Amino acid sequence: MLNMLLRSRELLLLVAIAALLVVVTWRFPGFITLANLANVYNDTSILIILALGQMVVILTRCIDLSMAANLALCGMVAAMLNFYVPGLPVLLLVLIAVVLGTALGAINGLLVWKLDIPPIVVTLGTMTIFRGTIFLLSGGAWINAHQMSDLFKSLPRGIVAGMPVLSWLSLAVIVAMLVVMRRTPTGRAFYAVGGNPHAAVYTGLDVGYTRFKAYCLSGGFAGLAGYLWVSRYAVAYVDIAAGFELDVVAACVIGGISIAGGVGTVPGAVLGALFLGIIKNALPVVNISPFAQMAISGTVIIIAVAVNARAERRKGRVILKRAEHVA
Amino acid sequence: MRGATTKSVCFIQRHQTIPRKHHLLQDTTPSRIAPAITLEGISKSFPGVRALSEVSLTLYPGSVTALVGENGAGKSTLVKILTGIYKPDGGSIRINGEPVSFPTAHAASKAGVTAIHQETVLFDDLSVAENIFIGHAPKTRFGFVDWAFVNDKARALLKEIGADIDPSIRLRDLGIANRHLVAIARALSIDAQVVIMDEPTAALSHKEIHELYELVEKLKASGKAILFISHKFDEIFRIADRYTVFRDGRMVGEGLISQTTEDQLVRLMVGRDVGQVFPKKQAEIGEPVLTVAGYRHPTEFEDINFELRRGEILGFYGLVGAGRSEFMQSLFGVTKPSAGAVRIDGDIAVIRTPSEAIAQGIVYVPEERGRQGAVIGLPIFQNVTLPSLGQVSRKGFLRMAREFALAREYTARLDLRAASLDQDVGTLSGGNQQKVVIAKWLATKPKVIILDEPTKGIDIGSKAAVHAFMSELAAEGLSVIMVSSEIPEIIGMADRVIVMREGRIVGRFDREELTAERLVRAAAGIGAVPGEGA
Amino acid sequence: MMSAEQTARYVPDRLKSPAARWVKSWESLLIVVALAIFLVNSFASPYFLDPWNLSDASFNFTEKALIAFAMALVIISGEIDLSVAAIIALTSTAMGYAAQAGFDTPMLVAIGLATGLGCGAINGLLVTGLGLPSIVVTIGTMSLFRGASFIILGDQAFTSYPASFAYFGQGYVWWVFSFELALFVVAAIVYGLLLHKTNFGRAVYAIGNNATAALFSGIRVGRIKFILFLLTGLMAGMASICLTSRLGSTRPSIALGWELEVVTMVVLGGVNILGGSGSIPGVVLAALIMGMVTFGFGLLNVPGIVMSIFIGLLLILVIALPIVYGRLSRRWAKGAA
Repeated sequence: MLNMLLRSRELLLLVAIAALLVVVTWRFPGFITLANLANVYNDTSILIILALGQMVVILTRCIDLSMAANLALCGMVAAMLNFYVPGLPVLLLVLIAVVLGTALGAINGLLVWKLDIPPIVVTLGTMTIFRGTIFLLSGGAWINAHQMSDLFKSLPRGIVAGMPVLSWLSLAVIVAMLVVMRRTPTGRAFYAVGGNPHAAVYTGLDVGYTRFKAYCLSGGFAGLAGYLWVSRYAVAYVDIAAGFELDVVAACVIGGISIAGGVGTVPGAVLGALFLGIIKNALPVVNISPFAQMAISGTVIIIAVAVNARAERRKGRVILKRAEHVA
Repeated sequence: MRGATTKSVCFIQRHQTIPRKHHLLQDTTPSRIAPAITLEGISKSFPGVRALSEVSLTLYPGSVTALVGENGAGKSTLVKILTGIYKPDGGSIRINGEPVSFPTAHAASKAGVTAIHQETVLFDDLSVAENIFIGHAPKTRFGFVDWAFVNDKARALLKEIGADIDPSIRLRDLGIANRHLVAIARALSIDAQVVIMDEPTAALSHKEIHELYELVEKLKASGKAILFISHKFDEIFRIADRYTVFRDGRMVGEGLISQTTEDQLVRLMVGRDVGQVFPKKQAEIGEPVLTVAGYRHPTEFEDINFELRRGEILGFYGLVGAGRSEFMQSLFGVTKPSAGAVRIDGDIAVIRTPSEAIAQGIVYVPEERGRQGAVIGLPIFQNVTLPSLGQVSRKGFLRMAREFALAREYTARLDLRAASLDQDVGTLSGGNQQKVVIAKWLATKPKVIILDEPTKGIDIGSKAAVHAFMSELAAEGLSVIMVSSEIPEIIGMADRVIVMREGRIVGRFDREELTAERLVRAAAGIGAVPGEGA
Repeated sequence: MMSAEQTARYVPDRLKSPAARWVKSWESLLIVVALAIFLVNSFASPYFLDPWNLSDASFNFTEKALIAFAMALVIISGEIDLSVAAIIALTSTAMGYAAQAGFDTPMLVAIGLATGLGCGAINGLLVTGLGLPSIVVTIGTMSLFRGASFIILGDQAFTSYPASFAYFGQGYVWWVFSFELALFVVAAIVYGLLLHKTNFGRAVYAIGNNATAALFSGIRVGRIKFILFLLTGLMAGMASICLTSRLGSTRPSIALGWELEVVTMVVLGGVNILGGSGSIPGVVLAALIMGMVTFGFGLLNVPGIVMSIFIGLLLILVIALPIVYGRLSRRWAKGAA
């Protein structure tokens, strides 16, 4: 029983989160109230959405370092449209952000699929290109809160049935991803293509096309997150979410998504993001300087990678018959 | 008696050259049975290599056709063309008379062609049921995968082939024979007219092989056309109705099994004068140079004890997956055993890494040439000097002249055929790559050389060269451990044979007691070997 | 069989001379690109060809190039080190702390190099000792090291460095040649020899092409990879000394984003990101190219962020063009046949 428990990455992560909550609550009992936890969840929603997108890309043995730049560009476009073309309905702006994000993701996907350029190189390049484009569009100017329409800013904050729209959105994304990954052929294809790209060809799966789809998905999520970010923080400028792509990758790694591809689950990514979110929110109340956040994240990533690597390690070929079901 | 080979030293000894004509024997196939699939004039080339030249093949429903040929003859290329992995450069494929083409693997399976490939191409992190149905899982109304159906059908399929496997467990947790059974189940999950089996019994145990034969009979009875690729003649003569022989990318003979013999098939396969393939020099066998005691590993092998003497060739026989390579790699320091002691020339040896093994005189020529033996991407001469960098450098700085000299010396000894020593080792044929790998080890002047399936997948000319060389080494006082799954090779070359099965030693034989029967029995477990006593 | 080999028993050492190989290589493409950029820049701005301006320009790339040499070896071996910029930050913080405590320049240098080595050792242990994938490990240590800087410095800065410390980043060896430029040249030679002429370098290539086969050939893969991470740490320490000396101050946000610029420099230099091939001359050329582009754009008053669009495009184009060219030429060959 303990063995099975230890074998489930997600369960282990849940236990770790619980332990973290215990430690924090011991120092600050107010942390564990429902209201506060809901607040933490809301705060982490954007990271969850992005982590789910990155998860799909990493599953196919790729990586997307351009997610934050993508987010920033789409956010800026949405904010600029909101300011310069006041008549446009906010929902349309959200749609535009998502479509633009998907298109940007598609650029990554095409370069990886059709030109066979290694994903790290592609997304390194597009990362700077997307960011630079923000400057070209905005001339370096900021879009501030007073330049955004009220609805633009308040949409994610609106309370529906006790939770902000932002939380509902991330929940919807989680549910949608659960369905896609477990129940659609494309979802299974992501796992197969990343787990054994060589074999995937034999099973009739198109490795390149599957990766393209993964990038489109992560791009779309980045676009959505772009609108959510500029709306939530009520500001848009060139450097928003700088470095955030690494937080996203960190969330995935902590959540048990293997960088080698083929391994990882939706609950894992969500838990990984929540872990980081709790740390970020807990630090101020436990009187640890916010400057410590980075170092703590880094340590957590390293521990997570080490723990996951142990779990993944193959114990050699199983040859002795009696060892077959013990492995 | 067909099938079992005798104790003869020479496997092939022909002195007349065979004319390279189309060797069509009497083909009395009733012409009223329409072929299931016909290939005509299929050609396929890769850079520098012509894999298939104008090959024709016809498969009939309800009939098993054996495809025979040496490694490199083009069999796996043909399979890949039939399953849509490769596209032919020329020629046509017809199914039920209609011309078809397979732009993707998916198209091939939709057209009714399925295959059990030689390499298991499956996904470790997916469940058995998912592996069986990935790529063609039936969908429900909304486009979702119908998991209920998938799990039930997977269970049924596994039962049908006699596999005792739970469809919900992850593939990674299965042993090699069961993984192969999942591959078979996958092939059958596609409702196909044409079923291709590429060396299907290589990894199976005696009981499972029996069940496979029954499965083949069942498929035959339901009208499927089966292409059966094997190099085991007892199998071929037992279940095949027709045969086709490939050699050097060409089809050189076809006909009915009932009208041919093993010798004829071999003659077609080889087609030329090769002289002795198993030249064995009598070597003086001396004192024990290597003593292994109590080697054990948690999942791969246990209870390994033996002695190797100077000048001896010790054969290790067993089925694929018996644990021989795993043990050898442990001995060589690649993996850690959980227990075990080694003595070299009487002294206790500590081997924790390959470099320690090499320093103490044990070297290992791995089974997987491309993955473990040769560093593809580096030129030949750099491969040859890799374990001996100390010899070709001064104070850490490489000396080109010395490198080339060392490489020249040892590649010449092995009669390497290459355009230049500077070319990428990956452009060489399998046989020549193997020569480079062996050359690099000889340059370290070892005491013990472990050869793991040294002639697997290489042409017969290079096979003979490698064997002659092995014999020479033994005569010079080196000790050789030869892991092999080919009976003629073991019987031809070994002074003593150790048989392993499922991670344990199950038999030890001296040269005089060696018979194919005894080896096969020991390797397969208790019970008679199919085909014997017929 | 596959009749690609000759039947002659004598096998020559080489068919093509090394010089002939060089002509068709990535490095020669880079030379062309570098010359082109040099020419364009010379025409675009009258200030370009001034020796002192060029010397100033060199600061754009020398520090990153120091790290790029070690990074090239790491990437050729099949790994990557994304924590180098964070190592610069932590090293700089350590030196700043020591400077504030009153230590003199030689001690500062020692501390800087030691911190760099220490960080490299941590990376090395995690990758080789625990067998963890370097990309995620160094993402983790990147946060850890820079995070440590943040903990120590917060949003403050160290600014009290001894006067002699300024030599590294601001001093000149002879005429226009700065200390950093001289260091760059020395490092290029050392790493060039290390990679191309020694046993160690040969082992690095072998590991990058096929680590399994290298291991099976007796190469001590773990030990060599560990040393490679020590080297990136060391070079980051060296770069940090130069950078801190040049800026005269330390903030935790120093060298932000530099790891990706270093990787860009390495990949632009022809090193395959997947490992197994690449050269130091290529990295030198890439450093010069990136330096010239940055400087040239700077003279034209192009903002840094727009410059980086150009670098990003250059990176993708330079990788994509040979692939596209290869495919098109094969298609034309088939069409003609």
